[in-house]
Amino acid sequence: MRRWHALLTLVLLLLASPTLAVMPDEKLADPALEARAREISKELRCLVCQNQSIDDSDAGLARDLRVLVRERLVAGDSNDQVLRFVHDRYGDFVLLRPPVRPETWGLWFGPAVVLLIAGAGAAVYLRGRRKDAHAVAVSADLTPEEEARIAALLAKERGEKRS
Amino acid sequence: MSRVVILLPVVLFFALAGVFAYALYFKELFTGVAHNPSELPSALIDRPAPEFALPALRDDGQGLSSADLKGGGAKLVNVFASWCAPCRIEHPQLMEMAKAHGVTLHGIAYKDKPEDSRRFLEVLGDPFTRVGVDRDGRAAIDWGVYGVPETYVVDADGHIRYRHVGPLMPQDMEKMLGMVRELGR
Repeated sequence: MRRWHALLTLVLLLLASPTLAVMPDEKLADPALEARAREISKELRCLVCQNQSIDDSDAGLARDLRVLVRERLVAGDSNDQVLRFVHDRYGDFVLLRPPVRPETWGLWFGPAVVLLIAGAGAAVYLRGRRKDAHAVAVSADLTPEEEARIAALLAKERGEKRS
Repeated sequence: MSRVVILLPVVLFFALAGVFAYALYFKELFTGVAHNPSELPSALIDRPAPEFALPALRDDGQGLSSADLKGGGAKLVNVFASWCAPCRIEHPQLMEMAKAHGVTLHGIAYKDKPEDSRRFLEVLGDPFTRVGVDRDGRAAIDWGVYGVPETYVVDADGHIRYRHVGPLMPQDMEKMLGMVRELGR
């Protein structure tokens, strides 16, 4: 009885594979082509949900596009040709990796520019702090007035202790 | 000098925040159009409508193909389905365009059973000159359709000039009618 429970648990665990949007009936018989289809699908945005690739999405349009991608591959298209086919119809937004063009420079190089600016700011700040530390070191020598004040304070304390 | 450099990130932050605030809250004030991130520009603007040929929905044999979009002035192509709720909301506007303003409207019945599309038009009225059945949605993919309803303005040469995503509301009518008028009937 116990063994049966263990076996059942094992079978159920094996069945609980991560859910995939790609339906078995969409898959191609040729594993090489199917792998390429998966690769392409990960590059294409589902325009209905907009933050998922068509490989991840359950939307009807995503399914249609997955089937379309596979049809183009079977027809002999290269990966680039398939991507271009979809890009021609849906524009830049359908590509999860947008092309590098003057309009998208901000997108591609913006983070690096921000990093440079932050780095420059940090450098200036750190140099300023080192200068401050230097200034403190220089002023470690006490001025005559300070010496006099310390002597007075110490004398006062000694006087208080004695009394 | 160093103070300027230290202030730069702060200035950049406010500049960026300003851009975001404009797009999120103030764009409507300046342009009259609210920013809607789900509304995408068509990749086919100013390009010829894709090659396609769809069988007729009605018994009149008036299917829709790319050849039908050439000549005959500017026209609208509306992608609809009986299962699409916003299509019902925009339908009175389509009827008004066709009947009151004499705009030529063609329909693409998207991923819908033909009998359901027919019933939809029987109940709500039929504004279309030609209606093609796109049972598997393939023609719509060639048009770059990503959700129904969508309405395209096509000029006399068969070039796509504008795309409206989502239901065509009364406030959108003026713009669409202006465009059709400008491109010539």
